[in-house]
Amino acid sequence: MTDLPLLTIITFLPLVGAGFILFVRGGEAQVASNARNVALLTSIATFVLSLFLWFNFDSSTADYQFVERAEWLPAFNIAYSMGIDGISLFFVLLSTFLTPLCILSSWEAVTKRVKEYMIAFLVLETMMIGMFCALDAFLFYIFFEAVLIPMFIIIGVWGGPRRVYAAFKFFLYTLLGSVLMLLAFLTMYFHAGTSDIPTLMTTQFAYGMQIWLWLAIFASFAVKVPMWPVHTWLPDAHVEAPTAGSVILAGVLLKMGGYGFLRFSVPMLPEATEAFTPMVYTLSVVAIIYTSMVALVQNDMKKMIAYSSVAHMGMVTIGIFAMTQQAVEGAIFQMLSHGIVSGALFLCVGVVYDRLHTREIARYGGLANNMPKYALVFMVFMMASVGLPGTAGFVGEFLIIVGVFQVNTWVALLAATGLILGAMYMLWLYRSVVFGKLEKDEVKAMLDLSKREIAIVAPLIVMVLWMGIYPSSFLEPMSVSVTNLITKYQTALEAAGSLPLATR
Amino acid sequence: MYVAAIFLPLLGAIVAGFGRHILGDRGAQIVTISGVGIAAILSVFIFFDVALGDNKLVVVELFTWIASGDMDAKWALRIDTLTAVMLIVVNWVSFMVHLYSVGYMHHDPSIPRFQAYLSFFTFAMLMLVTADNLIQLFFGWEGVGVASYLLIGFWYHKQSANAAAMKAFLVNRVGDFGFALGIAGVFFLFDTVNFQEIFERAPEFAETTVVFFGIEWHALTIIAILLFIGAMGKSAQLGLHTWLPDAMEGPTPVSALIHAATMVTAGVFMVTRMSPLFELAPTALMLVTIIGALTAFFAATVGCVQNDIKRVIAYSTCSQLGYMFFAIGVSAYQAAIFHLMTHAFFKALLFLGAGSVIHAMSDEQDIRKMGGIWKHIKLTYAMMWIGSLALAGVPFFAGYFSKDMILEAAYGAHSGVGQFAFWMGIAAAFMTAFYSWRLLILVFHGKPRADEYVMSHIHESPAVMTVPLMVLAVGAVFAGYVGYDMFIGHGMEAFWGEAIARSGFDAIEAAHHVPGWVPLAPTVVGLTGIAMAYVFYLFAPGIPKALASTFAPVHRFLLNKWYFDELYDAIFVRPTWYLGRGFWKSGDGALIDGVGPDGIAAAAKGVAQRLSKMQSGYVFHYAFFMIAGLFGFVTWYMIKG
Repeated sequence: MTDLPLLTIITFLPLVGAGFILFVRGGEAQVASNARNVALLTSIATFVLSLFLWFNFDSSTADYQFVERAEWLPAFNIAYSMGIDGISLFFVLLSTFLTPLCILSSWEAVTKRVKEYMIAFLVLETMMIGMFCALDAFLFYIFFEAVLIPMFIIIGVWGGPRRVYAAFKFFLYTLLGSVLMLLAFLTMYFHAGTSDIPTLMTTQFAYGMQIWLWLAIFASFAVKVPMWPVHTWLPDAHVEAPTAGSVILAGVLLKMGGYGFLRFSVPMLPEATEAFTPMVYTLSVVAIIYTSMVALVQNDMKKMIAYSSVAHMGMVTIGIFAMTQQAVEGAIFQMLSHGIVSGALFLCVGVVYDRLHTREIARYGGLANNMPKYALVFMVFMMASVGLPGTAGFVGEFLIIVGVFQVNTWVALLAATGLILGAMYMLWLYRSVVFGKLEKDEVKAMLDLSKREIAIVAPLIVMVLWMGIYPSSFLEPMSVSVTNLITKYQTALEAAGSLPLATR
Repeated sequence: MYVAAIFLPLLGAIVAGFGRHILGDRGAQIVTISGVGIAAILSVFIFFDVALGDNKLVVVELFTWIASGDMDAKWALRIDTLTAVMLIVVNWVSFMVHLYSVGYMHHDPSIPRFQAYLSFFTFAMLMLVTADNLIQLFFGWEGVGVASYLLIGFWYHKQSANAAAMKAFLVNRVGDFGFALGIAGVFFLFDTVNFQEIFERAPEFAETTVVFFGIEWHALTIIAILLFIGAMGKSAQLGLHTWLPDAMEGPTPVSALIHAATMVTAGVFMVTRMSPLFELAPTALMLVTIIGALTAFFAATVGCVQNDIKRVIAYSTCSQLGYMFFAIGVSAYQAAIFHLMTHAFFKALLFLGAGSVIHAMSDEQDIRKMGGIWKHIKLTYAMMWIGSLALAGVPFFAGYFSKDMILEAAYGAHSGVGQFAFWMGIAAAFMTAFYSWRLLILVFHGKPRADEYVMSHIHESPAVMTVPLMVLAVGAVFAGYVGYDMFIGHGMEAFWGEAIARSGFDAIEAAHHVPGWVPLAPTVVGLTGIAMAYVFYLFAPGIPKALASTFAPVHRFLLNKWYFDELYDAIFVRPTWYLGRGFWKSGDGALIDGVGPDGIAAAAKGVAQRLSKMQSGYVFHYAFFMIAGLFGFVTWYMIKG
């Protein structure tokens, strides 16, 4: 397998599929159905190929694997360099896993400009995968930015009534951050003479410089996560985005921020990371408590889940910066499980939205009566979202709390309030939508899940339970890479002589 | 055998839940009942093997669950005497409740769902009691929580049931919050979550202090307190008890199984399981004693004035759990578990008996609308008598043995809190007897207060309901007598093995050496309570009314359950909503968006209008920021030189 450029194939296969769709000709209906089929087949093929990464992944080493390197701009020492380690492996898989489900979920929901929609999704997939595989800072930056474009189009074209406002808000926020990140990358490049990520990780930056670089990079990733207080684009983007857009947004795009912290901030700028950890803790704790409370008073289903994403991602950032084995593994795991669970929750919203065309919670009620299958599915994902042991949501959250407790008990205490607040709004949502008397006529007319919808949620349920009952399949491959990350971080701090006694 | 005893109920739940269209109601009942039934029989074998045999500790490892760094939690079954006792209790009560439900729920349209939930609950409870590490215990802990949530809200068309289900889940979450932090603390100290290693290494940390939350603590004390917060939630101790009475919205078999016999005792089980830690944290034990004693007293006072048959019994459960906790607090773990076992039988009996009454009375639950029905349902009447006798601790019924031992142990502890617990316990014992007979008399005696339609429909329940009652009644009569020697008598050492920590002070031994009046006191106050109930409600029914009007504030205070719900609503629930709304509207809306993106957008628009004279199209956004960025970079680079 090693001689095949597997990562490149996986990354650009969707783009090839998009190219095919571009040249589809014929009547409108025919084009639409061809576009759908090609998109689905391409994304499934990509997923199957990406499974080879998992099977052939050597979890005993922290080195980058499936490495590819080609000269790109030799004069500037910038290369096309790809590779994955235990941290990025599952993000690639998450992207390839969610995309086919998204395409399937748009099968009937999207009726206008199907061709363009499918192309946008496939381009988006290429960019996401490329971003998680890139081992060159500029290559990473290109993919990272390019993700914005298809997403911007998806929200802006196929979105709801306020889609233009939401799309611009989304664009404005993220672009502002990325520009600062580009500055930081350029500075690092000029300092180190290369943009190769592994080399940058071993490069020393002066403390004063680290601080500025860290802040510039932080601006970009914090918006992506999103951390409080730069989170307000997310609820709007989610509300206006079509269902599949929300799924990818919550499922993969938010993880780009967390991944960025793990790939750039922590390993390249350890001293600054250490200096800013209290700030990250504070922002994250605020995110958990504040946005959970905001989620509680929402009357729009998607907004509620969007706010819950902010709270859950707050747990992730706490975990990343706690820098203990459990916390970091927990953070990565939480990102994966949140990708699946929040994506699934948006799909659940999409299911009822397709039927009643409203996201207002008060318009529903009593769905357990006429949609028992839906009630069950929703229950599973709701319980996963509140972190019930045995589901995916528990493992990450729990590891983070345990891991953070080792270094800062106050943060652990405050983060754990998320256990209570998270249950509050999710149970409230479920109760209002699914339980209660079936009284409204329009709700009575709603049909239970179709076969296609079951085909979409079934893999997600399997994943939720798998990750909850046997998380070792996921924790094991990431373990060595995480250990390596932490060891290097500690070594760097010791070298700098600034490792303080952990404050508790 | 071990694996089957745990996983058969799960299998039953899955088959019945997903195969309901194929199996039908009857099929689902057969599947779940046989699953739990076989498990119940197997648990008897396990009891003989482990508790009575020489095989004192069996650990069956299944597979790895969460392994991260030093943390290595496996799915495993750990069976020692403590677990074996719980297996008997859980599986048998569950088996009886499964059977009983066939009769009780036969009008219900979703029987398979109900049976599947019951079996799922049983599985989760079994995972809880067989856990080999704290995380699996937490799995079972939350699993029973979900099952309880689903079953309280089983009739989901009732708003009150949904509210009660949510409340139960959330209040328990508050406890779980403490529990999760407790586990984190254990891992912090021991670097492991596995019981065996924790217990072995606990003495090493007897004197360790740590700084948690900015304060220096005795490490094991703070951990024990955090764990106990979890136990308070699950076992409805004072402060986190508010969900239990509301949980009575669920079908009565659920109340019997979950909210009387098994799930609510999980806290008692957990603290007993962690006894090697608690033994080293005397301050935490004091807290356990005080909370337990207060709960026993508080719940009994409220139980005296409630009018809903199930709520009276619910408060009585709450009160009895308080007994178990203060027994633990004075290190009489064996007595706590003994009471847990006897209580499971007689309380399940009382609940199922109450269910039989409700069933007979066409779903009436208000005891003010009952009365004079004993002639019509004699068997149920007899069963309720047995249950009440056992609950009140009348000699030679099950509760007598266990409750007396707890009170003696509290007295024998010779400590301030022990004395406090003893007197609280005596007061509660008096009230327990009083409200039990108040209930019996109001329900069965006097003039019928129900309307004629209801009275004419009164009928004894079918055999499928009365047989479980009789089985439980056997337990309620004999469990104390049979178990006495094993649990807290001479066979104690051999019976428990290493399952419960032994400390220097033998609380049970001390309990045997209390003054002669101490063992008599509970019986005396119990009989007095019974006599008083007769006077109040049969011979001189004017007295309660007179009392209620004379001490109106006290009566109102009790009737409103000490105003806990109102208090929590005012200090937690409403402020949370208020803050949430405030954060959303003024925080996100006005402040962040107003100053942030919307503000910038407005500003950018101004700039853009000027720029657009030179350029057109949306590209300028991008270009503008690119140039600005480049400018910034170059400037900075020049300054850095």
